[in-house]
Amino acid sequence: MSNPRRRPPADPMVRALIQQARGAAAARRASAGSAGLSRRQFLTVGAGVAGTAALLAACGTGGAPGASSSAAPSPAADVSDAEKLVRWANWTLYLDQNDAGTEYPTLNAFTKQTGIDVEYLEDIEDNDTFYGKVSGQLANGDDIGYDIVTPTDWMAGRMIRLGYAQELDLANIPNAANLVSTLRDVDYDEGRKHALTWQSGFGGLAWDKAKVPGGMQSLDDLWKPELAGKVEVLSEMHDTIGLIMLSQGVDPAGDWGDAEYDAAIELLREKITSGHIRQVKGNSYTQDLVSGDCWACIGWSGDITGLNYEADNRFDFVVPEAGGTLWSDEMLIPVGATHKKNAETLMNYYYEPEVAAQVAAWVNYVTPVDGAREVMEKSDPELAADTNIFPDDETLAKVHVFRTLTPAEETKYNGQYLEVIGA
Amino acid sequence: MTTVAPGPAIGVAAPGTGAPGTGAEDVAARRAGAAGVGLMLPGTLYLVAFFVIPVFALLATSLYVPVPGGDVGQFMPAFHWQNYVTALADFWQPLARSFWFALLATAGALAVGYPIAYLIAVRGRGRPLLQGMLLVLVVAPFFTSFVLRTIAWKQILADDGYVVQALHWLHVLPPDGRLTATSFAVVVSLTHNFVPFMALPIYASLERLDPRLVEAGGDLYAGPWTTFRTVTLPLSMPGVVSGTLLTFIPAAGDYVSASLLGNSTNTAMIGQVIDTRFFRLLDYPTAASLSVVLMAAIAVLVGLYVRRTGTEDLL
Repeated sequence: MSNPRRRPPADPMVRALIQQARGAAAARRASAGSAGLSRRQFLTVGAGVAGTAALLAACGTGGAPGASSSAAPSPAADVSDAEKLVRWANWTLYLDQNDAGTEYPTLNAFTKQTGIDVEYLEDIEDNDTFYGKVSGQLANGDDIGYDIVTPTDWMAGRMIRLGYAQELDLANIPNAANLVSTLRDVDYDEGRKHALTWQSGFGGLAWDKAKVPGGMQSLDDLWKPELAGKVEVLSEMHDTIGLIMLSQGVDPAGDWGDAEYDAAIELLREKITSGHIRQVKGNSYTQDLVSGDCWACIGWSGDITGLNYEADNRFDFVVPEAGGTLWSDEMLIPVGATHKKNAETLMNYYYEPEVAAQVAAWVNYVTPVDGAREVMEKSDPELAADTNIFPDDETLAKVHVFRTLTPAEETKYNGQYLEVIGA
Repeated sequence: MTTVAPGPAIGVAAPGTGAPGTGAEDVAARRAGAAGVGLMLPGTLYLVAFFVIPVFALLATSLYVPVPGGDVGQFMPAFHWQNYVTALADFWQPLARSFWFALLATAGALAVGYPIAYLIAVRGRGRPLLQGMLLVLVVAPFFTSFVLRTIAWKQILADDGYVVQALHWLHVLPPDGRLTATSFAVVVSLTHNFVPFMALPIYASLERLDPRLVEAGGDLYAGPWTTFRTVTLPLSMPGVVSGTLLTFIPAAGDYVSASLLGNSTNTAMIGQVIDTRFFRLLDYPTAASLSVVLMAAIAVLVGLYVRRTGTEDLL
């Protein structure tokens, strides 16, 4: 009974009851509906074909596509003290494992230290797909089954904007002070009230050293005729367009608009229609680098370091001279999460420099925790010198965070991008 | 036999037999009717919950409009038929391409699947062990995931792979020619993925083929080809029709092959477009209206096909 969604035919009724219970709040936002009715009341009335169809829609799709709550849902009650558990959704291969790949050493240490069990789930494969799955429940304020989720900055920004993230109690996270200065002031979470960076990384150029003996310095090297049909770019708009913009002298973090975006997208369109760009890929571009279908591409820093472990330094990665993108995956507590304090305890744990260094040594992405490099210098000086994990000031000066788009821009620019990449 | 107790069974029937003549049949019929309704109930409920309601939801969503000033992915109910016009204007190419690729894949699967089915059903007749083994081989690809099988094609057709190297050596492919990221790769993958759907129904109808009819063809001086064309093929038509439908329909809506093996210019299929509209752009109305169009187009095409082949009663 705790989950009415399990009985779809009853769903509209239950929804209606919940909505009536929230009626006072709903009435105050009555302006959205026609004839003085709020959209929710309009749904509840269900009169006429439109009402019925809408009701069915809201029911059949679990609220995801159709639902359009204009008010932020309220956070769930915290049962952290009674239930020593935290549930964490993360991307694949994004936390240190033992050699057999069966245990997470830092998580085990956390449980030992705090007595809090961790349900660690590699459930995020793609920002949009993940959001598509949980947004309906988030809009209702339901528990989505995770206490921490780890979306990329721009998606974290959308979730914060919509009120889908709980405000962090920094008293529980004293180590948050260790956040590196470059990520302290971000436009997707003003004042860092909702999100803490899990890992960050660079979008830049990657290539197979045997196939591209001259190496690469700028994005223009990617357009050399001898690479025709062997080039791939990322389906992640922020990185591909960000790098193209930088090569055209536009700072993606700055104040740009349609003209600059169009210029970047036209260059991409030309390279795709001419066949110079073979395919536009997500995470799977690494497979094409290994198979030899792709010789040079726009890629992500940590992937290349990871590939090189397995492939004997076959690949190289560089942040182009004109600049690269800096993205970060952000830990946040979804609105329906029921173990907020435990989640904050976990965040605090991973912001200890020793722990952060242990994670960085395994995942090879840029660690957001100050002091981790000093720890690493003692244990593994070679890794500590890798500027793709511990960037120096020179590298940091070259990378830019893609500015947060307004909802209207997001729809427009993503639509244009998807059209050009033929997806 | 002697252990059957006479009591209870007769006891149930007794009120009926005791009642006046005409009522007995009514009661029995009503009971059978009630039982029939009871038996249909789970299936009906299932269909209502997981087919009728979702289809209504899909139709409703396809007419939604964005909430003014709302965030990405927020829509409200409306009757905005214009959604269909814009969706078709923007995506008629992937839609047409989907049917074209599905047609090619169906033809390919028929060319590959029919001989396999014939081999197992007709040539393998009387050797059940061999038949069983061959059938397992046909079904074996299903033991691995669809996505894995498609990714395997990426490796097989890769530029540095044996297939492409051999084709370069034989000068079938120009030196800069490739197989992955082409429509060829997409169609090959579609064909391969649906061959079992083609082969199994054809096997089922060929298995029932009466060998005496084939012999009779020979007795009437028909050559092997004429016998095949006038006896075997017509008798296996039910299998061919179901096989082509089972291949064509899912192939037209497939999005895995095109997204893994296609490129960005001329391989996008409608399933892929619906997937990206829905999950990446959160443009639910466009995704929904394209789904409705796809559903309607397939229904029309299948209807025409079944009428043309005259096999409604065989389905």
